[in-house]
Amino acid sequence: MTLDPHTLLAIVTMAAATILTRLGGLVLIRFVTIGPKQKRALEAIPPAVLMAVIAPTALVTGPAETLAALATALVAMRLPLLAAVATGVMVVALARMFGA
Amino acid sequence: MAPLIVAVMPIGLVFGAIAATKGLSSLETFLMSALVFAGGSQFVALDIWAHPASWAALGFSALLVNIRHLLMSASIGTKMPAFSGPAKYAAMLLLADEIWAMAEVRAGETRLTPAWYAGLALPFYLVWVMAGLAGSLAGAFLGGPKALGLDFAFPAVFIVLLIGFWKGRGTGAVLAASAAAAVLAHQFLPGVWYIAAGAAAGVIAALFTGERQEACA
Repeated sequence: MTLDPHTLLAIVTMAAATILTRLGGLVLIRFVTIGPKQKRALEAIPPAVLMAVIAPTALVTGPAETLAALATALVAMRLPLLAAVATGVMVVALARMFGA
Repeated sequence: MAPLIVAVMPIGLVFGAIAATKGLSSLETFLMSALVFAGGSQFVALDIWAHPASWAALGFSALLVNIRHLLMSASIGTKMPAFSGPAKYAAMLLLADEIWAMAEVRAGETRLTPAWYAGLALPFYLVWVMAGLAGSLAGAFLGGPKALGLDFAFPAVFIVLLIGFWKGRGTGAVLAASAAAAVLAHQFLPGVWYIAAGAAAGVIAALFTGERQEACA
């Protein structure tokens, strides 16, 4: 059971950043009215961030990852999260096994 | 509430198992879940984890991934007249996507009370933290995540979450811009700048397509 000081510092920084975002909205509504334009920008952030996170893995890592990303997305349109994740994991493992 | 907890448990287990493969101890995994309590940003953190951990890169990426909380707390904050000032801030510390969504639905039906909110958020929090710890303890025995494809579990979780954000062609423009900018930045820039690049490109695309829609309407 170890606790690396760098890791602890990183976790505390992550927590502080997250708390800032959680309490920030309460502070924000006391001073700013969020208009349609601000709302549109804020709403675009989560999908844009998620896409940015997966893009290198899904698009330029290799055929196994690209294939698995496609399979996950297709299954996710119909089935719940766990089924989609299990499909992605299985496809990537099989594709790697066959050398893709 | 029960379905919410059934859904969060496996994600917590997967988180803990991946954390173990990235070299985080069970104590570190427990602390991250307990203090950060934001699944998306925790998975992203594992994705960019390095030894020694870079607090600046991890803090910055947590800020980017969780910036949506700002909008969520701004929205639900206007629907909490039954909460005292401190209770409102305390409630926001446990704000997660699922809790926010349920609270919004509840606020539409009836008065949102601190007791109802605590009854939803506290079990959710405890299950998230405990499932992560259990996954971490089990993950130490798994080994070889790449052969099992387990390293793909978190990109897969993101893909599923991403599908949930789909709201038509406007989202398509955001995703295309984000993907292109992220891949380019990933090839040419060090660290996690690709996440910032993708986020910025996506927001610019959203503002641009929004203006065009307004012009047409």
